[in-house]
Amino acid sequence: MYELREVRKVFPDGTVALESISLAVGPGEKLAVIGPSGAGKTTLFRILNLTLRPTSGLLSAAGVDVSGLSDDELRLQRRRIGTIYQQQNLVGRLRVIHNVLAGHLGEWSTPRALLSLFRPQEPEGARRALAQVGIPEKLYARTDELSGGQQQRVAIARVLVQNPDIILADEPVSSVDPSLAITIVTLLCDLAHESHKTLLMNLHSVDLALRYFPRIVGIRDGRVQFDLAPDKVTEDLLQGLYAGHQDDTPQLERLHDGAGSPYGRACRPLPGFGK
Amino acid sequence: MAPEVRTGVPADRFPASASSTFPYVLTAAFLGVLAASLYTAQVNPRRLLEGDTLGNVLRFLRGGIPPNLSPTFLHQMLRPALETVQISVMGTLLAVLIGLPLGLLATSSLAWSGILHERRSRVGRWLLGFVPYAAARAVLSVFRSIPEYVWAFMFVRAVGLGAFPGVLAIGVAYGGMLGKVYSEILEGVDPKPLETLHASGASRAGIVLYGLVPQALPSFVSYTLYRWECAIRASSILGLVGAGGLGQQIELSMRFFQFDEVFTLLGLLFCLVASVDFISGRLRARIAR
Repeated sequence: MYELREVRKVFPDGTVALESISLAVGPGEKLAVIGPSGAGKTTLFRILNLTLRPTSGLLSAAGVDVSGLSDDELRLQRRRIGTIYQQQNLVGRLRVIHNVLAGHLGEWSTPRALLSLFRPQEPEGARRALAQVGIPEKLYARTDELSGGQQQRVAIARVLVQNPDIILADEPVSSVDPSLAITIVTLLCDLAHESHKTLLMNLHSVDLALRYFPRIVGIRDGRVQFDLAPDKVTEDLLQGLYAGHQDDTPQLERLHDGAGSPYGRACRPLPGFGK
Repeated sequence: MAPEVRTGVPADRFPASASSTFPYVLTAAFLGVLAASLYTAQVNPRRLLEGDTLGNVLRFLRGGIPPNLSPTFLHQMLRPALETVQISVMGTLLAVLIGLPLGLLATSSLAWSGILHERRSRVGRWLLGFVPYAAARAVLSVFRSIPEYVWAFMFVRAVGLGAFPGVLAIGVAYGGMLGKVYSEILEGVDPKPLETLHASGASRAGIVLYGLVPQALPSFVSYTLYRWECAIRASSILGLVGAGGLGQQIELSMRFFQFDEVFTLLGLLFCLVASVDFISGRLRARIAR
C-alpha cells in the first residue's frame, strides 16, 4: 500500500523533521510506529496522508506514485486514506450524524453536501458505522455533548463511512484513559481486520504497540531505527530508541514492571475485542 | 528533596528574573495621559453649580414633570417610535448585506492563504486573492471609522430628510463593523476540523460547509443581534440630524421648550431600547448554548 524510499522532510525554517525514511507496507498489513517525542512520527503521518509533500525521496501510496501528482489528483488520492487523530477534530455544534457523514465529502457534490445538512443523505451508512463502533444511540446527539471516548468513536465511524483502503491513526489514544485506550486500539485493529484495510498506528505506548501489532517500526531522529516483529523487539532496542528522552521513560518503566499489564486488572481486553 | 534536579537544561537557560519595567512604564504613561486629558478637556465640576446652570436644570425638570401623556400626543408619537424600530431593522439588514460579502473577502483563510487554496498558482493567488482581500479590508476600515452620526449628516444632504438616510447611515457604518467582526470570527475558528476534512479528500466547498460554517454561524448571528441592539440606540440619535424617528421628535420638542413632551419621548425611547435589549439578549443566550 505504501512505498517510501529515502523520504526526507525539511521545513521552511530549516528543521529537519525526517532525515531519511524507507518503508514498505503491504495491503492489509497492520503496523505500529513508536519512538520518542520529536522523532518525526507525526510528520511522517502527515506525509502518509498526503497533506504534506516530502522535500525529497520517493513516495507511492495505494499503488500510485504521488510525487508528480497535481493538487487535484492528490485530493482524489486522499479519499483512499482515512486519518484518525489524537484530538477528535469534530465540529462540536454539528449533530453526530453530520460529523459521520462528512466522511462522504470526498465523493459528494457540493449541492448534495449542502442538502445533507438539512436532510441527511445515506443515513443508513452512518447508522451502520455508529453501530460498528458501539454507539448507535448517539446518531442524532449533538457532538459536543458526547464524552471524549465517544467522540473518538464518532471519528472512527467517519473513517468507516469514508471507506478508505488505508487507515492512519496518529496517536489516537494519547488523550484517553488506559482502559479506553485498549478498547479503541483493539476496535481499530478489529475493524481494519474485518474489512481488509491497511492500518498504520502511531503509538505513544510501547506496551499497546507490542501487544496488539504484528509489526513494530521504531523511529528516532527522522530515521527508521528498527522494523521488526514484536517478539524481536528487545529491551536494548527500546532503551536505544528512547535514550536521552526523559519524558518518554515512564512507558519503559511501566513495561519493566514485569508480569502483569501496566494498566492493572481492570483493563483486560474487553469481551468481543480480544485478539 | 535532592538539590540537583536532572533536567538536562543548562543553568543559564533558566529565566534570570521575573521582573520587568513594562508595568511601571505603562502606569506612568497612563497617568500622564489622564492628567493631560483632565486639563485639555476642561473638566471643571464647579461649573455645574455656577451661574444659571442650576436654574436651567430646574427649569427643565419643572417643565418636564409631569410628562405629556395626553392620548393625542401619544398617538402622534406612535409613528416615529415605529419608524425608529424600522430604521434599526432595515439598517442592520443593510449592514449585513454590506458586511457579509466584504467580510468574506477580508478573511485571509478564505481569500488567499491556507489549505483552501493549495491548488492555486502563486500569481493567481495574488491577483484573485490578496488584492480583493486588501481592498475589502480598506473599504471596511473606511466605513466603520466614520461614525454613523457623520454618515447620517452626509446622507441627509444627499437624499433629504427622513428615515432613509438613517437606514443608509446605520447600514454603512455597521456594515464596516460587521464585516470586520465576521472576518475575525472566521479567522478564529478551530482549524483542526478543517484540516481533518481536507485530509479525507473533501472539496473546498465541503470544508467550508462542514467545518467553517457550523463553527462560525452562531457567533455571526449573535453578533448581528448585538449590532441590532446598538442600531436602535443609534437610530434615535440619528433623528437629531434629521434622519427620522423618535430623535427627530425629541429635537423638535427641545427646540420649542416642550420639556413635558421631551420627557415622554425619553420614556418611550427607554421602553423601546429596553425591550429590544431584552429580546435580543434572550435570543443570544439561546444561540450560545
